[in-house]
Amino acid sequence: MTRKKRRLYFVSLGLLALGAATALMLGAMGDSLLYFYSPSDLAERPVAEGQRFRLGGLVEEGSVDKAGDTVRFVVTDMVNTVPVVYTGILPDLFREGQGVVTEGHLDAGGTFSAANVLAKHDETYMPKEVADSLKDSGYWQEGADGPPAGAPAAAQGAVRAYQ
Amino acid sequence: MHRFANPTRFLRIANAILPWSVAVMVLSLAVGLVHGLVLSPPDYQQGETVRIMYVHVPASWMALFVYTAMAVASFVYLVWKHPVADLAARASAPVGAAFTVISLTTGALWGKPMWGAWWVWDARLTSMLILLFLYLGYMALAGAFDDRQRGSKAAALLALVGWVNIPIIKFSVDWWNTLHQPASVNPVGDSGIAIDGSMLVPLFAMALAFKAYYVTTMLMGIRREIAAAKARTLRLAEVQG
Repeated sequence: MTRKKRRLYFVSLGLLALGAATALMLGAMGDSLLYFYSPSDLAERPVAEGQRFRLGGLVEEGSVDKAGDTVRFVVTDMVNTVPVVYTGILPDLFREGQGVVTEGHLDAGGTFSAANVLAKHDETYMPKEVADSLKDSGYWQEGADGPPAGAPAAAQGAVRAYQ
Repeated sequence: MHRFANPTRFLRIANAILPWSVAVMVLSLAVGLVHGLVLSPPDYQQGETVRIMYVHVPASWMALFVYTAMAVASFVYLVWKHPVADLAARASAPVGAAFTVISLTTGALWGKPMWGAWWVWDARLTSMLILLFLYLGYMALAGAFDDRQRGSKAAALLALVGWVNIPIIKFSVDWWNTLHQPASVNPVGDSGIAIDGSMLVPLFAMALAFKAYYVTTMLMGIRREIAAAKARTLRLAEVQG
């Protein structure tokens, strides 16, 4: 075996081992890499009352109730829902059917008390006229229609579905 | 492969490519900027803020692309010891780092009005920040040794090891819940392209301009390094003679 060949095998084997190690590590880290829990994640693995975490999903249609600075709404992933209460300034993109990520804790009644609310933007980009004509022609998919076919529903919740 | 390892032949090829890559860069940058800033429509949700995408997305693509090119060059250098591969990897690092900085800053500028936060520690943003540190680490390591070859070797190893971060960045938005949205341009897979045609022109024009910029700076960087190596040899010969 020439030295070049030996180096080639040595470096390639090293890279393979490294790739395997990384895959195992990421697999083991699992949920700790999630930026937020969906309501279904929460139903599967309950979080202790008062513990801080992030909750993400869609703002349920017709659930937003503003009273002064305090706003109540329901976060849904089309399967499970969690009621949220928040006092403060909402991002511009916040509205019904929009994805949000909120940070806070569950109180005794099972309501999520949010300390801050971030809007989650989707991957769809289009001019206003196109969006309007899509709505007119009935091709518009609002969150209530469920996730688009093929979306990894388990991994992403239904957050991808609000396009 | 060996044909390009000869610096003299490489210089001839580089000098032939350079005027073309500069021309492509200038033309596509002009098209991209005019379409991106003036001709393309505002987005139905984001309004004018969508224009940040025409810099942010191509810069992010380049950050990943340049690192991959650097890793391939490092692999070729480690295995076959081609001097030009080392020069290519060294010339790529600052360009990639600059694109990563552009991606991170434009992302922050977009995130504040859209998400409501300059920065969040989700998987996509964090892995992108790690990429910046990999670039900076590569540059520091490559220049840290008196013996240039040892620096090249150590830095090449770092570039290869760091490459595991690239698929993590790319797929972070699919593997984990992130605040960052999933990819809008997916040539493979069922989601396809989720960007309207009128917005794709500036996006792809800017992407082409950035690619041509990378080719241009890399070739010029290698040319500069070859000249510097020649100068070193000449000085050495003078001292010894």
